[in-house]
Amino acid sequence: MMTMPLLDVQNLTTYYFTRRGAVKAAEGVSFGLEKGESLGLAGESGCGKTTIALSLLKILPQGGRIVNGKVIFKGVNIVDLDETEMREKIRWKGISIVFQGAMNALNPVFKIGDQIVEAIKIHEPKVTKREAKERGKKLMEMVGIEPSRIDNYPHEFSGGMRQRALIAMSLACNPEMLIADEPGTALDVIVQAQVLRLMRELKDRLNLSLIMITHDLSMIAEVCKKIAIMYAGYLLEYGDIVTIFKKPLHPYTQDLIQSFPSIKAAKQEMISIPGTPPDLLNPPPGCRFHPRCKYAMNICKKKVPEMKKIAGDHFVACHLVKG
Amino acid sequence: MEDIVIKAENLKKWFPVKAGFLSSLLSKRQLFVRAVDDVSFQIKKKEIFGLAGESGSGKTTTGRLLVRLIEPTSGKVYFKGKEITSLKEDEMKLLRRHMQIIFQDPYESLNPRITVGDIVAEPVRLLKGATPAEVNEVVRQTLEDVELTPPEEFILRYPHELSGGQRQRVAVARAFAVNPEFIVADEPVSMLDVSIRAEILKLMISLVQKYEASFLYITHDLALSRHMCDRLAIMYLGKIVEMSDTEKIVYEPLHPYTKALIEAVPEPDPTAKRIETVIKGEIPSPINPPPGCRFHTRCPAYIGDICRKKEPPLMNIGKNHYVACHLYGKEK
Repeated sequence: MMTMPLLDVQNLTTYYFTRRGAVKAAEGVSFGLEKGESLGLAGESGCGKTTIALSLLKILPQGGRIVNGKVIFKGVNIVDLDETEMREKIRWKGISIVFQGAMNALNPVFKIGDQIVEAIKIHEPKVTKREAKERGKKLMEMVGIEPSRIDNYPHEFSGGMRQRALIAMSLACNPEMLIADEPGTALDVIVQAQVLRLMRELKDRLNLSLIMITHDLSMIAEVCKKIAIMYAGYLLEYGDIVTIFKKPLHPYTQDLIQSFPSIKAAKQEMISIPGTPPDLLNPPPGCRFHPRCKYAMNICKKKVPEMKKIAGDHFVACHLVKG
Repeated sequence: MEDIVIKAENLKKWFPVKAGFLSSLLSKRQLFVRAVDDVSFQIKKKEIFGLAGESGSGKTTTGRLLVRLIEPTSGKVYFKGKEITSLKEDEMKLLRRHMQIIFQDPYESLNPRITVGDIVAEPVRLLKGATPAEVNEVVRQTLEDVELTPPEEFILRYPHELSGGQRQRVAVARAFAVNPEFIVADEPVSMLDVSIRAEILKLMISLVQKYEASFLYITHDLALSRHMCDRLAIMYLGKIVEMSDTEKIVYEPLHPYTKALIEAVPEPDPTAKRIETVIKGEIPSPINPPPGCRFHTRCPAYIGDICRKKEPPLMNIGKNHYVACHLYGKEK
């Protein structure tokens, strides 16, 4: 029996066109997400994880363009939709995003409440201002902020509260899917733990599909059931998080997992990956990880490895691995 | 006790809060941010001492006080037994070659307009009596020490031609080039990608051994500091709340704040137990820190009036495990 996933990303390719040439930020990325599922999109800075998020909402900055592939959300390929349709059907109601950097994502000159009301009014014009504000208060309560503080300005909120307010705002139009871009970075560890727990609770309570974007594998382990590892624009490994942590198949995934120190487990030697990620204006041919890969073979320099299915829910793109 | 290199004694730094003209007329007293409030510790030769805490806990200010980048409000710093807080600027200058600092952001801490060779050479040139040939030799040697090899390839390059990890290596080279005895590293890897953090940390550990220096490692990342430090002090609102061997802090934390902090670190293991108890709220303002124990407003182990009224001293409760909490007994 085949059920259609909520989100089905097929061969998504996004470039940024600059004066120096095309920055190949995402290349042939495919993954899917069911209703209520949580996926962690992991990778180092510049690997294309935020580009994927912006592509799903078609809010790429100037010069950025989806050049190939499909993003099928509830049966509709949103790559074909125009701006009006995106605004009326997809953004906020279908897919919503919590941006990186809670400190800067709120407008400092408007009250928190007015910013939530504005978002609701734009995407649901029929809702009255009073109803929108009531909904705003309920959202604030849901994320653990005293509803009366809806009339505060952002500077009156602490960093953790601002992050909560942003999460509340992202839920304003009852989206089915939430993208959280680095939700814990720049927060202190205790506040970060509070936010991660909130995300987990909201996901379960509202049956949200969640894509969490972060470089921090331990945050993904804390919240998500599936994980996708990106490197230099490519998806390298994807699947169930327990399987991948237990038996990572891609050399990059293996090293990345080992480069994360644990505080509670027995002390292990930390691994680092020599070299640096490539320049995406001029990426290396073949597998983009080959210049840093300790197992690189001849074929790795020539041919981009295809995504191979290993087991039910485990995919790897590496020439070492036989499908 | 000659192997104690640096010692902080009741160090305090209160920054005055700048008030507007009108409010300064109305308000009765000058307000202060109590960034560091009575902190004492010492670091031995070849020891890596970690100062960990959340933002606003005073760890960076403490680091800067130790090398006198800022002047303390009160308290003393001793370098190899010599009190340095009262030294004049020219006397201090002579000492600076022994005390170096590595900053957080290698994109900002290196002058973009001079070459790597000059960046590393500059502190060496400031030492009187070094000939250009000697300076060159030191630069080459130090670049080799930080594994920027071959050095010739890097000497003439500018910081923008280097990756983040390479830049931080240059910053490390600059600090070690003058053969210092004490180094402060303020979040040296937090701006770097995870895949290269470990190699920079390992590099610093090996250089501390090679140069027989003492090292103060300032960080918010407890998981990393566990791999880096011999001893660890946990700071909260300008005070050290617990201090001991790193393994003790990690496995047998005593202070409720240390426990909460360690509990809140997510595990890179999907099968591990998820974070259950999280203490509420965030760090209060250091302008008006809570009276008594500063953590009492958030403490899950609050035992009553004493926590609100009396400030717990940092006490040695045995085997050099120091804790500042009313839950723990009398000094041994």
